[in-house]
Amino acid sequence: MKNIDSHSHVRGESVYLDDVPVVRGTLYACVFDSPVAHGKLKSINTNEAEKSAGVVRVITAKDLVGENQIGGIVPDEPLLADGEVHFQGQSIAIVVAETEELARKAAKKITVEIDELEPVTDPRVAAANESFIVPPKKFVLGDTAAAFANCAHIFEGRTEQNGQEHLYIETQGAYALPTENGGIKIYSSTQGPTAVQRAVCRVTGMPMHKVEVDVQRLGGGFGGKEDQANAWAGICAVATQLTGKPVKYALHRMEDMRMTGKRHPYSSDYKIGLDKDLKIVAYEATFYQNAGAACDLSPPVLERTLFHCTNSYYIPNVTATAYCCRTNLPPNTAFRGFGGPQGMFVIESAIARAAERLNVTAAEIQKANLLVDGDEFPYGQKAESEAVTSWTQADEKYDFTKLYKESDEFNASSKYFKKGVAMMPVCFGISFTKTPMNQARSLVHVYTDGSVAVSTGAVEMGQGVNTKIAQVAAKMFGLDIGEVKVHTTNTLRIANTSPTAASAAADLNGKATQLACDAIRNRLFDVAKDLVEAASVDDLSLEQGFVFRNGEKTTLDWNSLVMEAHLQRVNLSEHSHYATPGIGFDWTTAKGHPFAYHVYGTAIVGVTVDCLRGRYKIDYVKCCHDFGTSMNTAVDLGQIEGGIVQGLGWMTMEEVVYDRDGKLRSNALSTYKVPDIHSVPKEIAVLPLETTRENLAIFNSKAVGEPPLMYGIGAYFAIRNAIKSFTDCSPEFDCPFTPEKVLMNLYR
Amino acid sequence: MISFILNNEDISTDQPAGETVLDFVRYHKDLKGTKIGCREGDCGACTILVGELMGDKVRYRTMTSCLMPLANAAGKHIVTIEGINPADGSLTPVQQAMVDESSTQCGFCTVGFVMSLTGFCLSERGRPRPQTAKDVLLSGNHPTADKEAAISAIDGNICRCTGYKSIERAACRVSEQLAANGKQFVPEYFAYITERLGDLNDSAPKAETRPVGSVPFVGGGTDVYVQKPEHMAESYATPLLYDEQLRGIRENGEFIEIGASATVTDLLESDVMNAVFPDLYKHLKLVSSTPIRNMATLAGNFVNASPIGDMTVFFLALDAEIELCTSPHVCKGDTRTLALKDFYLGYKQLARSPEEIITKVRFKKPSGDFRFNFEKVCKRTYLDIATVNTAMSASVTTDASGTLALQSVHLAAGGVAPIPLYLKETSAFLRSKEITEETITAANEIMQSEIAPISDVRGTEQYKRLLLRQLFRTHFVELLAAELTEIAE
Repeated sequence: MKNIDSHSHVRGESVYLDDVPVVRGTLYACVFDSPVAHGKLKSINTNEAEKSAGVVRVITAKDLVGENQIGGIVPDEPLLADGEVHFQGQSIAIVVAETEELARKAAKKITVEIDELEPVTDPRVAAANESFIVPPKKFVLGDTAAAFANCAHIFEGRTEQNGQEHLYIETQGAYALPTENGGIKIYSSTQGPTAVQRAVCRVTGMPMHKVEVDVQRLGGGFGGKEDQANAWAGICAVATQLTGKPVKYALHRMEDMRMTGKRHPYSSDYKIGLDKDLKIVAYEATFYQNAGAACDLSPPVLERTLFHCTNSYYIPNVTATAYCCRTNLPPNTAFRGFGGPQGMFVIESAIARAAERLNVTAAEIQKANLLVDGDEFPYGQKAESEAVTSWTQADEKYDFTKLYKESDEFNASSKYFKKGVAMMPVCFGISFTKTPMNQARSLVHVYTDGSVAVSTGAVEMGQGVNTKIAQVAAKMFGLDIGEVKVHTTNTLRIANTSPTAASAAADLNGKATQLACDAIRNRLFDVAKDLVEAASVDDLSLEQGFVFRNGEKTTLDWNSLVMEAHLQRVNLSEHSHYATPGIGFDWTTAKGHPFAYHVYGTAIVGVTVDCLRGRYKIDYVKCCHDFGTSMNTAVDLGQIEGGIVQGLGWMTMEEVVYDRDGKLRSNALSTYKVPDIHSVPKEIAVLPLETTRENLAIFNSKAVGEPPLMYGIGAYFAIRNAIKSFTDCSPEFDCPFTPEKVLMNLYR
Repeated sequence: MISFILNNEDISTDQPAGETVLDFVRYHKDLKGTKIGCREGDCGACTILVGELMGDKVRYRTMTSCLMPLANAAGKHIVTIEGINPADGSLTPVQQAMVDESSTQCGFCTVGFVMSLTGFCLSERGRPRPQTAKDVLLSGNHPTADKEAAISAIDGNICRCTGYKSIERAACRVSEQLAANGKQFVPEYFAYITERLGDLNDSAPKAETRPVGSVPFVGGGTDVYVQKPEHMAESYATPLLYDEQLRGIRENGEFIEIGASATVTDLLESDVMNAVFPDLYKHLKLVSSTPIRNMATLAGNFVNASPIGDMTVFFLALDAEIELCTSPHVCKGDTRTLALKDFYLGYKQLARSPEEIITKVRFKKPSGDFRFNFEKVCKRTYLDIATVNTAMSASVTTDASGTLALQSVHLAAGGVAPIPLYLKETSAFLRSKEITEETITAANEIMQSEIAPISDVRGTEQYKRLLLRQLFRTHFVELLAAELTEIAE
C-alpha cells in the first residue's frame, strides 16, 4: 500500500502552509530578534520601522492583549522579549507590512539598547550555578554503591553529545485569518494543533472555542514542530488581533535555524562495573542536558533519557541522575528519539570503553547483557524482550563473524583505508511518558453515497499516518482505500489533541478510528441482519464492498446498506475516544509501567575510513527490526531507512556550532550539513523480526517512527573502531564524529 | 521587458531583471509546485529546468530557481513541475517510478527530485551512448546512462525523510526505462519548443539592464544571490551567463582557452577538457551539485574571491591566466592579461576595477607526462564547501638512473589563507626534486610556513594545517601511484 499522498506529491499538488491561497488584504509579519544571547533589554526603537514603506504596525510586548507567555510546561517563555533577552534569536518585535519584503526591510530598521550579560552555553556551567529549569530527576534500581564494591572491572568516563538541527525542508510558519465575532482561524505547520490553539488563546486572551487551528500536512517535523510551531502562530494571531487583517509568516531558513531550538546537547558522566564474565553489574550515569533558555519540552526529554539509559541491557544496579540545565541557547526541543538516543549513546560509550580496556569486542559485552523476558527496567516495568531474538535473527541473516572477519582482513592489507564494524541494539518504549497524553479521538462520517471521511488528531508529516488511518477505516468497512478520505487535522473537528509525537500517533488515532468504525459497523450490521436474513450479527462481515454472511458474499453492497441505514434514521457518524490501557507512572517513586510496549532491534554497522583524508563512508547498516506485524511495509520501510540516515547524520556530519557568545555559526544549509544522496550507506538491509507476540499497537503493527534513528549510533563506534585499527588511540566519546575529529584522532 | 516561455505559456514581464525565477513562478504565476527550502541553492526544492536553444535543438539543464535572476530566463524555456505534469492527471515515468518506490514521504522536496530526474532524462547524459574508445578510456570516471549517472543527477536535492534509498531505487528504475527507450518523459508541447524559442529569440527585445548599485554584473548568480538576495531582487545587473562572447572551450595554439561564462558543467562536458584531465569527472563531482554546476561560471568563481573557491584552486594549479576587459561587449584590443595568482590582493580584494569583467581564462596545454590532482575535504564529501581544497599539476620525469622527479609543479590550496592561495615557495621547492619521503616532508614544512589558516565554522586552524598536510601527501599518492608503491600502496 503506497502512501495516499504520493500521487499529489510527485505532481507538486500537495498543499503546504506557504501554498494556502492567500486572501486579499493579507499582511505579512517579520520578527525582529535579539542580536545578543543574554542581556537587559533597556529600550526598543521602532520609529524608523514604523515609518518604513508598507508598514501597518509594529508590535512589542507592551501591545499584547493576552498574556505574554507561551511556555507549556513551565511559564518561562515570553512570546516577545520584555525586559531581558535570554538567547540570540529571541523574538523582540513583530513588524506587520503589506508585503513580505517590506516587512523584512522594516524589521532591519529596528534598534535595541541592551546591557549585555555573560551568556552561559555550557550545561555544566549552568549546573555549577544551580541554574536548573526543573529539579533533578533520578532513577534507582538495586544498589550501585554496594554493587561496585564487588565488580571485577570498573570504568569511568565522560561523553559529549552535540545537538541536531531538525532541518525539515519546509520551514516553520503560520497564517492567521480573522473570523466573525472576533474569532481567528490559523493555518499552522505544527505537529500539535492543540498546543498551537492553547498558545494562541493565551497570547490573545481568547477562549479556545473561538480559535480554529487547521493543519493539512507538514513538509517534515521530526519533533521540531511539536512545541515550536506555537510562537509563529502566536505572532500571526496577535498581529491579526491588533490589525483585524489576515497575517502570514513563513520563516526564512536562516531565521528558522537561528530562532528555533534543536535536539538537546548533553554532557554526561558514566561509571560502569562488570563482573569477570562481562556481565554489567552496576551502572551510574549523570546527564547534564543543555535545555537552552526556556523549558519547552526539556523535562520530558530528560525523562526519556533516563528511561533509555540502559538501552537493551539488563543491569541490576542502576543510579541515573539527570539535570535540566538552563543556558542562553534557543530553547532546545523534541527531536525524533526525544532524549532516548542521548541516554543510549552514553551506555554504548561506557561499553565501548570497557571493551577496549578488557581487550574484547563491544559486541561481546553487548550480547552478554541483552534483556530477557521479565528483566526489570530501572523504572520498574518488566521487559517483554525481543532483544535476544533480534540479535540472533540478525546474526543468522547477516553473519556477524563473517562481517567482522572481512573487516579485519581488509585492514590487514590496506594502508590508508580502514574498516570498522559496530553493533547497535535498540530498545525503545512506546507511549507518551506523561500518561494523560496517551489519548486520542477520531471522527468518522459515512456519507450516503458510501464514501467515508475520517478526521483524527494525527498530523501527517510524511510518516504516513494518514495512510495508516485510511487503511484502518478501509479494513473495518471492507472497502478499497480510495473510498476513504482522511481530512485535515482541525481543532473544530477533533478537540484537545495530543501532539503527533512519541511514534504513537498511528497507534492512538488508529485505535480511535478503529473504535469509531466499529461502532458504525455494528449499527450497519443491525440493519443488514434482516436484509440478508442472517441469524445473528455475529455472522456478518464487510469485505470487498459487500456484506458477507458466514464468510460468503451476499448481494447487499456497501452503498445500498448505507443508504438503507440512513433511511432507517441510523447514525452513520461516530466520534470515538481511545486511551491506552494499563499504563501509568509515579514520579514520587520513579517507578511504574509507562510504556504500552517496547520496540526492539539489532543493527550491525560497517564503515570505511579514508585515513589519508580523514573522510569516511558508511558501507552498510543491516538490522533486524521488530515491526510486530507491519500493516504497511512500504511506509514502515521508509521510516526505518529515513530514521537510520537521520541517526547517521547526527553521529557524523551534522554539527551545530554556537560560538562562546551563544551565536549560531552553523546557521544555514551551507554551514550545517545533513546527509545527501552520496553520503548514505551503500546498503541498508532491513530484516523484519519474526515474532508472534501480541501487543497494544494498531493491528499489532508496532510504532516505527523513532526507534530506527538509534541504529545510526552504531556508526560512531564503527568509525572509532576503524580509527583504532589505523593507530593506537582511544578517541574521546564526543559526537558527531566529523571529518575533523577523525583526522585529529588519526594523527594526534 | 523579459520574454521567455514558462511551461507552455509565452511570458513577457516587466518585473525587475534581478527578481528570482522562484519568486516569479510562485508569487506572480501562482505555480506552487516549486518549493522554497533554503533560498541558497543548497536543498534543491526549487529545482526547475532551463531549456536553451542550441542550434536546432533545445538543451535542458536543471537549475535552482532561488538563485536564478529573471534576466537569465530571457529567451529560454523555463519548466516547472506544472509544465511536466500530464494534463490528464496521470504521471510521467519519473513520477510513476517515485510513487512505485515510495520515494516520497513529506513530499516537500519531492518536486525537486522529479525535476532533477526529468532533467537527467532529457540530457545527453541520460541517453545511452555507444561505447567509444574514449568511453572505455574514461570508464569508471565518467558515467554513461547508467544508475550511477541517474543518482548523480539528484546530487543537489536534499531529502530529510526518506534516507534516499527509495529515491535511489526510483532513479535506477528511471535509468532502466531510459535504456529501454520509447518512454515519453515530458508532455507533447515540448516538441514545439525549438521552433517557439527560435521565433522568440528572433523577435524579443533584449532584456533591459541598468547597472545600478554594487553589483553591476551577474553570471550564474550562485554566489551573489546567496550573499545579497534582497539587493539582487531589485537590481538590473547585466547578465553574463549566456553572453555568446564569453562562452566556449577551445584549443588555441599552445593554450586551452575557456570563455569566462563557461559553467562547471560546460567544463565537465567538454571534449577538450576531458582529453587533458582523464579524472575530470571525479574532480568536478566534488564541486557543489548538478544544478549549481549548471549555473556557476568560471569567472564568477574567480571574481567571488572566496578563499575556498574550488575552481579557483583548480585553475591556480594550472598556472592559468585571465583576460580582463572594461566593456562587457566586444572586446577589441583593450584587454589585459593577468596571471590568476596575481588577481588576489587580499581577502575579497581583486586586481580589478569595478567596470572590468573577465572574458577568458587560458592555460598552457600540457605536454609530456602531465599529471593533475584535485583534493577537497569538507564535512560532507559532496555538495559542500571545502574546509580545505588543493590542486597540484606537474609533469613527471624519470632519469636514466630511475630517479623520479616532478617538473613544472604548480600547487594551490584553499581555506588556508585570506585568498585562494598559489603556493609559490612550495611549488618552486618541488621542481626537479627527487620524490622521496624526505622531499614530501620538507615541502610540507615550507607549505606550512606559506599558509595562515584561521579557525572558523569549517574547522580549527590546527585541523586545517593537518588536513592540508594530508591532502598534499594525497597528491603524491594519487599522482604517483604507479611509481611510488611504498608511498601509495
